[in-house]
Amino acid sequence: MSSPPAVKEEGVVAPWILEQPEIQPLGLLDQRFGPNIITTTLDRVFNWARKSALWPMSFGLACCAIEMMATVASRYDIDRFGAGVYRATPRQSDLMIVAGTVTEKMGPVVRRLYDQMPDPKWVISMGACATCGGPFPTYSTMQGVDRVVPVDVYIPGCPPRPEALLHGILRLQDKIDKMTIARR
Amino acid sequence: MAIVVDRRLGLMDRLYLPGILRGMWITLKHLFRRKVTLQYPEQRWSFPEGFRGVPALVKDQQGRTKCVACYLCQFVCPPKAIRITAEELPAGNTIEKHPLEFDINMLRCIYCGLCEEVCPEQAIFLGKDYEVAGFSRSELVFHKDKLVDLGGVRPDPIMKWAHK
Repeated sequence: MSSPPAVKEEGVVAPWILEQPEIQPLGLLDQRFGPNIITTTLDRVFNWARKSALWPMSFGLACCAIEMMATVASRYDIDRFGAGVYRATPRQSDLMIVAGTVTEKMGPVVRRLYDQMPDPKWVISMGACATCGGPFPTYSTMQGVDRVVPVDVYIPGCPPRPEALLHGILRLQDKIDKMTIARR
Repeated sequence: MAIVVDRRLGLMDRLYLPGILRGMWITLKHLFRRKVTLQYPEQRWSFPEGFRGVPALVKDQQGRTKCVACYLCQFVCPPKAIRITAEELPAGNTIEKHPLEFDINMLRCIYCGLCEEVCPEQAIFLGKDYEVAGFSRSELVFHKDKLVDLGGVRPDPIMKWAHK
């Protein structure tokens, strides 16, 4: 139902990342029943609704954001996958596309924005900088945004092409399709 | 000296209709223009000659991996994405070293092509693949066997190691 906990690596700078809250059931139905015909049918409806209306948060940090804007524009048209409604607030968004270099100082801000998003929520880490620091293995750059938020899909590239971002969103839709409200 | 401009709206401005119609006219014109959207998963973009995608190791026509583990690509790689572990071959071989492990972290790689440029054996090339999204960091560290699979065979007309 929810994302895996953040990767615990050596050299994690902020200790509050390691305190992941327990995964709570969402609503009344979640994790209450076993996999039967009702829950699996509901899964199909929920997953269809969730994957075809991914509202991303407009969250560009560096040059990857330029490719993200190109993905939204008419040539690549992310709206064809229902993920084009960029919201300027985390409270209305399902998907955080971390596009660009995350500095150590920006890390707590990323975490706060992630915490403000309503469940279920997903994170795409776009580009070399966001996933592992990229060409900046320095003291001031966070070596991977998965040190502060749990990442669902990693997209390599510097910056990734708009098609690569669309491919990542398609992979994320595949992942959402496998979600279930049944007890496991 | 302040210039006072009278900005009161006239009747046509207050109706808002002419503005709306002008906007709708622009929308209508765009309906009949050539469509620019690339229907991505079905349609693909055609690459220019020098497009740089995922780096991969190549073999020659005899099926030998051309890399001799000279560490030049690992040294030159700007984001330090390449990690090589070399192994010395026993005497009698035409080459002295070969890579026991050759890992490229595709997440850290910035596809700059410096490894291809610096390679003295022409053993590493940047391919045309760019759709390599993954669900975890470890699945995007490509090991030697996968890199060799990706690279395929590039015929070598000189075959300098065969004549040694």
